[in-house]
Order: sequence, then structure tokens, then C-alpha cells
Amino acid sequence: MSICFHRDEKFRVPFHFSNSDAALLRFPFPFPEDSYTYSVNIEPHTRGGPTEAFSAQFDVDEHYIAECQDRAELLAAEPSRCTVLPHMHDAEWDALELIMSDMVKDYPDLFTLTRDGDQWTWHNRPLGLQDTFTFGNASTLPCGPFEYITRQAQGDFTLQDQRDGNLFLDGVTVTGAADYSPAFDLGMSFDEWHGPATVATEMGIFDRALQYLLKLQVGRPVRRLNWTLTVNPRFDTSAENYPVWGPDRTTITPDNIGNSLFLRVELQSLYRLPGSNAILFNIRTYFASFGELCRVPKWGRRLHRVLRDLPPELAAYKGLVRFLPTAVAYLAAFDDGSPTSPGIAPDIQSLRPVGCPA
Amino acid sequence: MMDTLALRVAERDLLSPTLLRLRLTSANANKLPSVTPGSHLVLDLPVKDGARRNAYSITQAGKGGTFYEIIVRHSPTSRGGSAFVHKELTVDSILNASCPSNFLALESTAKKILLIGGGVGVTPLLALARARMERGETLEFHQFCTPEEKPVFESLLAPFGQGVACVHAGRNALDFQTLFRRQPLGTYIYTCGPNAMMERVLTEATAMGWPERRIHQESFGAGGGNPFTVTLARTGGTIPVAEDQTLLDALESADVPITSLCRGGACGMCRTPVLAGTPEHRDHFLSADEKASGRWIMPCVSRAHGACLTLDL
Repeated sequence: MSICFHRDEKFRVPFHFSNSDAALLRFPFPFPEDSYTYSVNIEPHTRGGPTEAFSAQFDVDEHYIAECQDRAELLAAEPSRCTVLPHMHDAEWDALELIMSDMVKDYPDLFTLTRDGDQWTWHNRPLGLQDTFTFGNASTLPCGPFEYITRQAQGDFTLQDQRDGNLFLDGVTVTGAADYSPAFDLGMSFDEWHGPATVATEMGIFDRALQYLLKLQVGRPVRRLNWTLTVNPRFDTSAENYPVWGPDRTTITPDNIGNSLFLRVELQSLYRLPGSNAILFNIRTYFASFGELCRVPKWGRRLHRVLRDLPPELAAYKGLVRFLPTAVAYLAAFDDGSPTSPGIAPDIQSLRPVGCPA
Repeated sequence: MMDTLALRVAERDLLSPTLLRLRLTSANANKLPSVTPGSHLVLDLPVKDGARRNAYSITQAGKGGTFYEIIVRHSPTSRGGSAFVHKELTVDSILNASCPSNFLALESTAKKILLIGGGVGVTPLLALARARMERGETLEFHQFCTPEEKPVFESLLAPFGQGVACVHAGRNALDFQTLFRRQPLGTYIYTCGPNAMMERVLTEATAMGWPERRIHQESFGAGGGNPFTVTLARTGGTIPVAEDQTLLDALESADVPITSLCRGGACGMCRTPVLAGTPEHRDHFLSADEKASGRWIMPCVSRAHGACLTLDL
């Protein structure tokens, strides 16, 4: 498999981003039915699923190089976006080994790992990196092992320590926080960092999810999809930078919504780490503009119905209130009322060229 | 869905007439998956009348995935599994196992761990104690056994040193209250052995105010259970559920259409109405009232009290 990387993308002003037809068809559309409510939508993270985004453990797509660049820029400006508490050092190496091993397995053309005892050589072709280091000795890497590998993988990563019947957020590489602050959440327990999601908490969602995750086993990762809407294809919508991106919410108009409003999907996967018993969490974020999504007839219809019928408290929690009516009005034109098939698959093999009406 | 390991018996060491230590290596010269202390693996044992899947704690794992060590008790009430291990397995025997799991892991915040073992329940505690000792962290280890076996257990616990590890002959040889009372704050209890002993540890410690989340008992994840039969009310079929199989796996094997997602008792997708029989609930989805009503079951984790269940399928 060869990937044609988009090298000139920009996830901050001046934004520059688009999905190829192939990238759009592999998008992990998050709504399996025409309405949305909270649930414990966790399933085994096996290779293969309704779209190609589920084919690998750590998905690499055409935005890989640009996303790694965006992360590097934010880490240069705000180094604390990667912070690991001292008791998680074993987990850092665990995470590095797991991510490297799976990337090599899923993308042998892009990544290679040569092990000679503790001497490892990692070759990352898309980023043009080759490093030889001693596994377990952080001084042989240009930065800590968790930062090293998470600079080379898409999506945010966190490390959870398990103790006292709970999970604690004790390590982060988060440069794409969807309206939260990783620095504020660092060290929190599972129920504490989910505290702001009051509706789901009241439904008992997090109690059940925690009990499930405490039993997560090595070699049997799990995944779920989460979603929100973001104005512009911006990864860093963190709480600390709200003044930078918050005003974007006022800019949506019927004329620009197709290009400026994005469905932001998190393919979240969780892995029990074999050496430390910590849990690695990957929040792999995908963007597709409303205009792009509506090129898939099923997704356009379904997105209209989901947003039209979204409970007000969910719209408020996700920060959608200001532009939701504009979004629903835009999407109505793509909903002819015909039925949609269950599940998230696009149900088409190719897209009609842009500009040709249905 | 579970990854299988092919293992070779590399060493076989009879510690006592009923305790056999096995050192297992990879049968195909691969590196064994690394494991954390407290892990167990499930061996596939091809006994005469079928197959047994028995869980055994890993007492020691070689650095770099070179070996796992287990200790197997030949119990007189064995359903065939431990007898097979004792009588049929020799050096170079090959057998399959599931990849290791851990439901008894060490926790980073423990200032001290207090280990309480009974009989062959010593096995996971040996791994936990060794890990703590290697890191120079505090532990205290109390092991119960019969008077006849005291020398065997004393030699197993010898590496931890006197004053740290102590073997007690007979269940009344140690007063738990005195033991618990002198532990420093931040001590975590790890216990493995007969249910009555673990229950006594839990009851006496919690009665003294010990935080329940700092008392860990080996459960092997409580995956299997007694076999039972499920009757499908709509189609009239009956399906056997084996002791090491989930109800959901059994239904799927019989091509019964059923929606599922998490396979861990959390999401609620496989909720199924029960028409007769008593479910043994192990899920986190149903409320206490729903569980008490006996009208629903989550087949991915829950089983039956008794020999049969009738489902509205």
C-alpha cells in the first residue's frame, strides 16, 4: 500500500486541509444509526472494520506528515503538552515498543525496526528519521521514549496508571485536545477527568466503562468512537488556548459552513501495556468538512437527522449551540427522507466528482 | 479471538508428592510475551474425555521472554487437568496456552505489600514478592500450609528472608487482627488460597477499616464456571455452555443471531430476556433491581445458577 502524503497541510491559520476521495471513503463516520445518545460503545480493536480507518492498530493516513509537523510546532511552543509523571517511566518504554511493533506490522513499507538485543534501530521513512538507541536507556534518545514515539504517530496519547480500583491520567502527549486541558487533567482519576460530562456520568456510563477497562488485558485492545464539531480543521482546541479558537464559533454562516465546519471524530483505542500494566490510550482524530461528508449520500442524510434530533443538553456540552441551527439547515438539503442502512459504512465504492449534482 | 502460545516443558521438578514445578519455554523458539507479576496463563490440557482449560499463576518469568514457571497441585478431586499435568507431561511435552492475563497486578502507590497465601495459592504471591524484593520495596509474606508441607513452603519462601516471610502450619497459627493492626498506612493486601481464607482476610481487614480497594484476591478473572444448558424458547433448540466458554460464545457458535459489542458486561448490547432459570450476574450493566428480578442476562459474561436457563431467543 502506498500513501500519497499531503505535505502542505496547515491545522492553524492559514488553514489548508482536504481529504482525498479515498480518505473520505475510509473516514470513521461515528453514527451507526439516525440518532445519537451516549452509550458504552466499546468493542474489541481488531484489525478490520466498517471502513479502512479500522485496518491498523495505529492508523496512518495521508495527513500523517502534516499532523506530525503540527504536533512538533505546538510542542516547540508549549513543551508541557507532553508530560509524563516519574512513576510511568516503564510505561513509556512499553508504549514505545507497542507502537513501533504495530506500526512495523501494519506498514512495513514505511517503518522498520531492527533489534539487536537492547540496541534498536528505528527507521521512519515518511519523516526521514533513523535512530539507534538502547532500549530502556532514555539518554540514548533525543527526548523521552513516550515523547519520541508519540511525535511519530497520529492522534493524542495518554498513559493511565491503574491503582486503588481506578485509572489515573499520569502521562500525556496531547496537542489536539477537543475542548479540555491536558495540563489540568494530569494526575486525575477516571471519574475526575470525565467530570464535565455530567449527562453521561448521571447515566452511569463512566462507572461501567471503568469496570470494563480495569479488566483490559494485554493483546486484546478495545476501541470506541467519539465525536464533536469543530470550526476549521484545528487540532489544538484546548481549554488554555480558548481565546485563539473560541471566536471561530461566531464565524459560521450559511455560505461558509460547507467548507468551515468539520465533523471531528476520535477513534479512541486502549491497550494494556505488557511490562508496566499501565493502559495506553490513543485519541486518533479525523476531520471531514460538512461539504466533504455530504458527498456520501448516506452520511449526509444521517448527519442531518442526528444533529436535528440531538438532545439540547448534549449540544450544550459539546459546545455546538451557536451554530447548530445553521448546520441543520445546511444538511436538510442533503436529506431526501429515504432510509439509511444500519452501521457506519459509506455504502458506495467511489464518489461522484465534486460539482456534479446528484 | 484469543492468541495461543505453543509451549514446551523444559524442566520438571517434583517439589512434594503433590506439587510439581514446570518451566515452560516457547515451543517454536519465539520470545514469550512479557508479563507483569501476578499474571496467569490458561493451559489447554488434552485429557481423556475431552479438553480442560486450567488457569495457573506464573511464579516466575525469565527476562527477555525466555521462560514461564508454574507450580501445579495434583488435587485428589481433580477433574483430570492437574492429574494430566502430573502424570502425562514430561520434559519436551508440547502444549498450548492462552496469552497471559493479569487480574492481580502490583500498584505503584503501595508503600508495602502484605501477602497472605494458603496452600498452592502461594503461586502468584511468589511473583509479586520477587518483583518487590528486586526493586528493594517493602513486603511481608505469610503462607499457610499443612504441617507435612511446611518444609516445602519454607524453601519456596526462603529467598525473601526471615522476618519478611513466614510459613504457618495450620489455619489458626496466625491472628489476622494482630497482623493487620501493626501494618503501616499504605499497605496493600494480596491474598490467594482457599475461598474461606480469602473471605476471612477480606472480612477481618474491612471490619478494621482497611480500604477494600487495597485488598486484592486472585480470581483468574472469574471467566468460566460450571457448565450449563441453555434452551431457546422461540426455536426450541438447546445449546450446551462449557465451563470455559461464555454463554455468548456458545450462542454464536450455534449461529443464534445476537447483537454484541464490548464482550465485557459494560455496553448492554447483548441484553437478553430470561424466561426460566436463575442467571448468575457478572456484568456492570444491569441495575441491582434488574439483576434481582432475574428477567435479563448479559450473555457475554454472565452464566447460570443451576443446570439450565431458558432464553427468549
